[in-house]
Amino acid sequence: MFSSEEVILFFVMKLSVNVDISFISGKIYLCLNELFDKDWNRTMKLFDIIGPIMVGPSSSHTAGAVKIGYVARKLMSEPIQQANILLYGSFLATGKGHGTDIAIVAGLLGMETDDKRIPDSLSMAEKEGLKVTFGEATLKDAHPNSVVLQLVGVSGRTLEVVGESIGGSRINISSIDGLSANFSGDCPTLIVHNMDQPGHVAEVTSMLAHKSVNIANMQLYRAYRGGNAVMVLELDSEVPKEAISWLCHLEGVVKVTYYSLMGD
Amino acid sequence: MIFKSLSEIVTACEEMKMPFWEMVCSLDCKEQAVTSKESFETMRKMYKAMKDADESYDPSARSHSGMAGGDGKKLEAYRINHANEDNLLGDFISSVIEKAVKMGESNACMRRIVAAPTAGSCGVIPAVLLAYSEKKNVEEDRLVEALFVAGGIGENIAQNASISGAEGGCQAEIGSASAMAAAMLAYLEGGDNDVILNATALALKNMLGLTCDPVAGLVEVPCIKRNVSGAVNAITSAYMALAGVSSRIPVDEVIDSMRRIGHDMPACVKETGQGGLAITPTGMKITKNLG
Repeated sequence: MFSSEEVILFFVMKLSVNVDISFISGKIYLCLNELFDKDWNRTMKLFDIIGPIMVGPSSSHTAGAVKIGYVARKLMSEPIQQANILLYGSFLATGKGHGTDIAIVAGLLGMETDDKRIPDSLSMAEKEGLKVTFGEATLKDAHPNSVVLQLVGVSGRTLEVVGESIGGSRINISSIDGLSANFSGDCPTLIVHNMDQPGHVAEVTSMLAHKSVNIANMQLYRAYRGGNAVMVLELDSEVPKEAISWLCHLEGVVKVTYYSLMGD
Repeated sequence: MIFKSLSEIVTACEEMKMPFWEMVCSLDCKEQAVTSKESFETMRKMYKAMKDADESYDPSARSHSGMAGGDGKKLEAYRINHANEDNLLGDFISSVIEKAVKMGESNACMRRIVAAPTAGSCGVIPAVLLAYSEKKNVEEDRLVEALFVAGGIGENIAQNASISGAEGGCQAEIGSASAMAAAMLAYLEGGDNDVILNATALALKNMLGLTCDPVAGLVEVPCIKRNVSGAVNAITSAYMALAGVSSRIPVDEVIDSMRRIGHDMPACVKETGQGGLAITPTGMKITKNLG
């Protein structure tokens, strides 16, 4: 199905080596990722077994939902003033009883999965000026525990995130502003939307090399040749703020979104 | 985990003259690149969170569906009113039952708990551990060590079978929790590695085939009270193992069976709400009323 070079390259990417991989399409990566993902998901760490500490009742429908909201809030990097929350699948069917709606709002307010204030998130949102609306999402072939978050920040910045709760309290952010992305929110993540032109991957990866930031995982997607493209980089350490604003000003870069594990 | 089976871990423990809990801890250190002190303190945090959840049980809390809440208080009152000889079960088991229900209810009522291994089975391990620490005066460090024992067993089950109800039915959730708690209790009572593995095997065998068919898809009915059977089963299994009773089927083969049974189990009883208790007339009525 794939040549041995492609498979080796795939592992090189997974083994955290900074290489310019602009010459492989995101599609190959995706197929391979699906092939191997099953095994990776199996390896649970000790504190996934005894833990996490969380507000109940469900690790997928409550804790996972908080985490999706939390990651979306971080991606916005400013307080959110308006959130349209569209539930899908099992989130829609059994979400109310599991507090999925409350959990997502708690995450959008910046709460983590063990925050005791989670049950009071709706009234807190009102106090903090976050206007929330709920609805049903229409998604094709999505994970059964999915949610679409359409967000507006206090500065007017908009963001659309699709999040999936994939088991335990682990999540996957599957799309940002309509373009594919697949990341877990477990490490700092840099998402760059750019024009599909030669050289942008090199610009981003050499900036990271210059700042001594190691890449743990990297993916490329594009809508069509020469159209909008996105690269998603999961990193072993944080990217300095000035490096991110430098990226924003590059020609051909449309939008830069950064998920940090630290405060705003 | 680098070990494929529990017997491999135990062999390594014996070769390196290292207690089981310490082996689990050192494997975590390698994986997370942390010191053994850091790993130990993280586990202590889990213990403290369990204790805090037990102590802060709110008898007035009710779940969103209205099905869960308040039973822990009834059990507490019954235990207090039937102290000493009057108590059919003795103070230890009564207290285990009470704590298991309280934790399951707290989870359903959106309070803070420790998933161990899952939120639905969060009552089993703390019920046994906390009731034990109240009965016997044990140092906190030893209780934390016992959680490493439980964690090592759980990691191995997750690796070779499953801890997810959607994948393996309730045997994977309450069953795994019960096996983990049995191992933990065997360790606390001074059992060697052989006793620990026998306790695990005996507990898990009793839970094989358990389905995941909760009413309205919520972690309430039958999940909360099933934490009780998981906890009590852990105690009876550890007790048998400590007395020298062994499992005729070795633990690794029991775990393999659990994976196969989970695989063979029809989807309607694997957290889909399409079979078992979920589709009883009463279950359907509750689901309909929740709208």
